[in-house]
Amino acid sequence: MLQEFMSYLGSNLPPGSAGNQLWALIYVFVIFAGVAVIVLCMNWIERKALAHFQIRLGPMRVGPHGLLQPFADALKLMLKEDIIPDEADAVVFWVAPVIGLLAAFTVYIVIPFGPSQAVTDMNIGILFMLGVSSLGVLGIVTAGWASNSHYPLIGALRSSAQMVSYEVAMGMAILSAIMMTSMNAAGTGTLSMIGIVEAQQQQGIWFLFKFFPLGFIAFVIFAIAMVAETNRSPFDLAEAESELTAGFHTEYSGLRWSLFMLAEYAAMIAVSSIAVTLWLGGWMHPFPNLLHGPAWEFIFSLFPGLTFGALAAITFIGAARMPSHSFFRIQRAGLAVFAALIGLVALLLLVIAVAGRANDTSIAARFREGIDYVYWFMLKVAVFMYLFIWYRATWPRYRFDQLMKVGWKVMLPISLGVLILTAIVGVLLP
Amino acid sequence: MIDRQTSDRKTPDGKTSDSALPNAIPSLTSNLDLEAPDKPYLDSNELILNMGPQHPATHGVLRVILKLDGEKVLGTECVIGYLHRGVEKIAENRTYTMFNPYVDRMDYCAAVSNGLGYCEAVEKLLNVEAPPRAQYIRVILTELQRLASHQLWLGTHALDIGAMTPLFYTFRDREEILKIFEKYCGARLTTHAFRIGGCQYEIYPGFEKDVKNFLAFAPPKIDEYETLLTSNRIWLERTKNVGVISGKDCIALGVTGPVLRASGVKWDIRKAIPYANYSKFDFEIPVGTNGDTYDRYLVRMAEMRQSLRIVEQAVNGIPEGPIMAKVPKLIKPPVGEIYHSIEAPKGELGYFIVSDGSTQPYRLRVRPPSFVNLQALDLMVRGALVADVVAVIGTFDIVLGEVDR
Repeated sequence: MLQEFMSYLGSNLPPGSAGNQLWALIYVFVIFAGVAVIVLCMNWIERKALAHFQIRLGPMRVGPHGLLQPFADALKLMLKEDIIPDEADAVVFWVAPVIGLLAAFTVYIVIPFGPSQAVTDMNIGILFMLGVSSLGVLGIVTAGWASNSHYPLIGALRSSAQMVSYEVAMGMAILSAIMMTSMNAAGTGTLSMIGIVEAQQQQGIWFLFKFFPLGFIAFVIFAIAMVAETNRSPFDLAEAESELTAGFHTEYSGLRWSLFMLAEYAAMIAVSSIAVTLWLGGWMHPFPNLLHGPAWEFIFSLFPGLTFGALAAITFIGAARMPSHSFFRIQRAGLAVFAALIGLVALLLLVIAVAGRANDTSIAARFREGIDYVYWFMLKVAVFMYLFIWYRATWPRYRFDQLMKVGWKVMLPISLGVLILTAIVGVLLP
Repeated sequence: MIDRQTSDRKTPDGKTSDSALPNAIPSLTSNLDLEAPDKPYLDSNELILNMGPQHPATHGVLRVILKLDGEKVLGTECVIGYLHRGVEKIAENRTYTMFNPYVDRMDYCAAVSNGLGYCEAVEKLLNVEAPPRAQYIRVILTELQRLASHQLWLGTHALDIGAMTPLFYTFRDREEILKIFEKYCGARLTTHAFRIGGCQYEIYPGFEKDVKNFLAFAPPKIDEYETLLTSNRIWLERTKNVGVISGKDCIALGVTGPVLRASGVKWDIRKAIPYANYSKFDFEIPVGTNGDTYDRYLVRMAEMRQSLRIVEQAVNGIPEGPIMAKVPKLIKPPVGEIYHSIEAPKGELGYFIVSDGSTQPYRLRVRPPSFVNLQALDLMVRGALVADVVAVIGTFDIVLGEVDR
């Protein structure tokens, strides 16, 4: 048993593909917990970042700099009365957020955080991802319908139309990236998420820069469509606050509402992961074709530790700069402890990076590699998450017909053109 | 208003509805009755959407009943009165001086302008004129108030269209104006800054410096709002050709203020029927061409800059002298009636006062710009989408305290 448990650490395959069910389960658990934690963090980061865009402070009361705010919110939502309106279809009303949540979380099965850092590797990975993430709209539609109320109904209709039309352009953009995977000697493309990143590795270029500007345009199309797909501003018509009060989740409250939020953030991370995998080289560190060799490997492997070190330093400065009034004593101590924890993580990461610098099959080297992959992947995803917040702070909301116009008349033709050009260039160029 | 002919529907038991409620309501009940034998089960019904009175985008307690075909608006019905306080009736039971603070509570976003209109109307009735120094102070404060009111409008209007951030920027800058108000008269929102016959308070030491600081502070901030919105693609799409109204329709409906000027009618009471020394100042009336939401936005943005121009001229030329005209302690105007209107930030704000020679008005009627402008809502949103209704309500810059009084 223990032998089996440990033996996997040397494997180069995702546990699902290797048939190692124990490790697959562990991965599922880790990813589920990790996403839940990231959503909590995102909640805080979004509120803080948005506040600073808008010359406010954001949450400041619960914990130092409002760090405990997400926990307070989660607690509040769990304790809140769970209201099902009299007129609502109770069963569907109950099922709807669960559908959304399931759809958002199931896609994580195939997200490759590293060559073996995924639950499984499917040969139809990207197709599976698109299919399952499209199911998310079902949750929204059923929620809008089951509420038996006008605002949710309109919100649900908007969102279904929006998601269907943006998925087309999104699919075209994805296709052009998949075409690029077949630019090898054998001419075989792949739909596997891990395969797509490996194709970029072999070709020595992120698909973002491939056939410039074709790859870039496809990426931009996807980056726009994914905002629409996740119902985020400026495409947040389904929950347009100023028009439909809260859109499809107007009638939801408490825990059910928080499930919608959880699903929304999980979906945001999931689509960002698709973009990272397809165009930004997944788990690879920047410029793998130029900056390689043991020295660069070592330098890049220091990044996770250094990032956490920087975070710890910021937190320490924050603790030091707190007002000296005794009222802030506990907060200051809490923040210092938090900083120390982050610093400890940073130290641990640095130790692993140094201990595993020899590129062999030792446990430390494997750990170093894994941390590296996950770090670069998550860093790229984090950029997208920040963009989501930035969009929200900057832009007004599209109107329904304009959204449709952009989807069908602008994005679809461009993505089709890019697809055809990619095909032509791909055949002619080599 | 919703077409009476087509919505004359029958109730499920075959009787013609003779309800006194707006016709939207009987059609609502008949729409939901899917079991009615003469109706196929999957029928394409119109949707009656009740927007408000508790709604994030109706600027208070306006209730708009929308008749929708999908997202398309077939008709609207405004239901107002949720904030009715009987201000005009109260006026009949208060002396002229006692009623003065009440006008601040009508358009609470532009209390100074309301006070100016009322004080000037009573002064006209009494046949006195405020001394020049008081007039200059009044102009400075009123124009600052216009700027503050437009800033509030911009923030909420942008928020309605989905841009959250301008709201906070405008509130930050409006704060500077409110600080000046607070220093001058102790209040920020419902200021009660003016008295019949002039001003009660002499300007505080440093007033001119504060105002001049603000004059240097504000223009870059207005530029900042413009960078966020004026050439923003989504903003352009959301506001251009939305809620178009022609100048002719505006005049027919009595619409005034920036809404009228955006439709190309150059009508500003400050120029047309000058009051409070406005003829002495040099400023322009910004005018739009298309009469759409974007033009109204541009007109208001230009007005902010013009207001600053007026304030600059006024603050540099405050004359010396008294701040109160000779007005008796107990105001007893002669028998007669008067209509006096001023250009409030939202349009023509008029006071019609009938005096029977006693200390209280016999009748006082307010012509609030928001109330009259709101009439044009149905005309402007018919055939548009739900999102446009929100944009159009925002573009009127209505304040429900003024609509309902």
